Amino acid sequence: MLLKKDQVTNWLNKLMQTYQVFAPEKEDNSFYFRQISSGDQAILDYNNSSIPPKEVFFPRSEKLFCYRTEKGGVQLTEQIGEEKKVVFGIRPCDAKSFLLLDKVFNGDQYVDPYYLNKRNNTALVGLGCNQPAAACFCASLGGGPFSQEGLDILLTDIGDQYLVEVITERGRELLSGMDLPVAGQEAQAAARSVKEDAALASAVDLGGLKYRLDVNFEDPIWNEIAEKCLGCAACTYSCPTCHCFDIVDEVAGKEGCRVRNWDACMFPQFTLHGSGHNPRPTGKERLRQRVMHKFKYFVDNYGATACVGCGRCIANCPVNLDIRQVIEQIGQAGGVQQ
Amino acid sequence: MKNPYMPAPVKLVKHFVETEDNLIHSFTFQFLNEEDEKAFAYKPGQFAEVCVFGKGESPFGIASSPTEPGILKFSVARVGVVTTAMHEMPEGSILGVRGPLGNSYPMEEFKGKNLVIIGGGFAFTTLRSTIAYILDPKNRGDYGNLTVIYGARNPGLLLYKDELAEWEKRSDINLVATVDRGDENWKGKVGFVPAMTKETAPSAENTYAVVCGPPIMIKFTLPVLEELGFPPERIIMSLENRMKCGIGMCGRCNVGNKFVCKDGPVFTLAQLKTMPNEY
Repeated sequence: MLLKKDQVTNWLNKLMQTYQVFAPEKEDNSFYFRQISSGDQAILDYNNSSIPPKEVFFPRSEKLFCYRTEKGGVQLTEQIGEEKKVVFGIRPCDAKSFLLLDKVFNGDQYVDPYYLNKRNNTALVGLGCNQPAAACFCASLGGGPFSQEGLDILLTDIGDQYLVEVITERGRELLSGMDLPVAGQEAQAAARSVKEDAALASAVDLGGLKYRLDVNFEDPIWNEIAEKCLGCAACTYSCPTCHCFDIVDEVAGKEGCRVRNWDACMFPQFTLHGSGHNPRPTGKERLRQRVMHKFKYFVDNYGATACVGCGRCIANCPVNLDIRQVIEQIGQAGGVQQ
Repeated sequence: MKNPYMPAPVKLVKHFVETEDNLIHSFTFQFLNEEDEKAFAYKPGQFAEVCVFGKGESPFGIASSPTEPGILKFSVARVGVVTTAMHEMPEGSILGVRGPLGNSYPMEEFKGKNLVIIGGGFAFTTLRSTIAYILDPKNRGDYGNLTVIYGARNPGLLLYKDELAEWEKRSDINLVATVDRGDENWKGKVGFVPAMTKETAPSAENTYAVVCGPPIMIKFTLPVLEELGFPPERIIMSLENRMKCGIGMCGRCNVGNKFVCKDGPVFTLAQLKTMPNEY
């Protein structure tokens, strides 16, 4: 189907009658997925959001429950919303990240109802990447600028209109009442050509990486890699697959809420014991943890690499620590690969 | 869908100062709601998150045994915000508990085997749970000889002194309580746990060793056990790491690809030998 660009606002306004709609909004020179109240707030002429749209399902700060203590008891109120949502205009890499986060929050043993409830109530409208950015390497992680994985609808920009590919039944529902024309051969050809031209500037070779990580825990390479890391955690806060969090109580008088906030394995306090002992005492252990988690532990536990190649950690690192180079360095260290 | 973050309200029915340095207090709780108590079916070696509303929650090994229905007991050192608040709470206070969390000591696998339980300092809590479980008349017949080697720096720092005195009198448990330095009233052993293990541990044949204590005790006890012929598969340990969620999601307690909260806290020495030393 085809959607003229000037119809997008109408479509969004229509969706907002049934759904909470989250779309890229511009602030200064950055983009963030936020709930919009009018279709014209969505800016689709963007590269990617500074903070990944995971915050729709896993907000950076989220109330788990609130309580009021009273004589002889406590009243607990769960804070789980049921609103139906649409995340509009997300990139395929970010859509893929949700499939990875699902493995963590929708586990065999435990299910996180906050994440899962929002996830199950949310449709994803993707926007393919005509011009992937310099730090993008999604294809190396099994994705691609027009990958449909995890999406309900994929939009492809072909000039003054979008080719609309409906991927799921949920996606079809989003278009009900829109009455869009079927894409003719010309539009199909235009979309094909856009997809073919969307060249990725970079790639990494993951071949042999898992094997290296299985054996190189004590390798001196980690000292070398960690040397320039500041431990600022910009990589984790901008990572679509990072899911670490802290749980704290926020309280006023007899009322309070238990709140979870994003946290990061790059901080020393993250693992600090009450005794003062710290199992990951220096930047070396912490950076190693981050790389191991993405490229080894997650693979061990879930059979998938916890990276989608979005490039945000590269773009946001204040000292140009580039995960693509780290992967390459690890691959080359310690002699011959088997 | 059960919400694993929601605590069950409990009432503090007994608050007891356990050690002479006032650093460790024991807390006995009762569930306010019967259905919460039923849902909290636990095994020795598991832990739970205890919360002080307004302060936060922290994970503690469960010191009571499932054979002691109606109560839930924890022994807690005063270390940070939550534990300090707990130490100041009067009996009758309402707190929250969520769990049980983690795996447990392999009580099924232990059946028909002898056990030597080795503990040091205030790591004795889940070991107390295990001992109480085995000594329960319904269970005692399932297990072989039970030897308990328990050490503290001095007699005033031993936990559960009344129970230790009772166990001393029983014939179905061999208790070796030892202190680094005795005092004028101390009539038991004086010496470190590793040396006492060498002196008093039973034969490794058909025997499991359960070891829980401070790192320095572990470090010197493990070689003794290996020398005595305990294979790493039959040396059972329990790890601690900083935790928040307790259900393998918040990302901080992992040791390699294992989460202490979900895959542990109980691991065999054989497992630990394949894992990085991040605990």
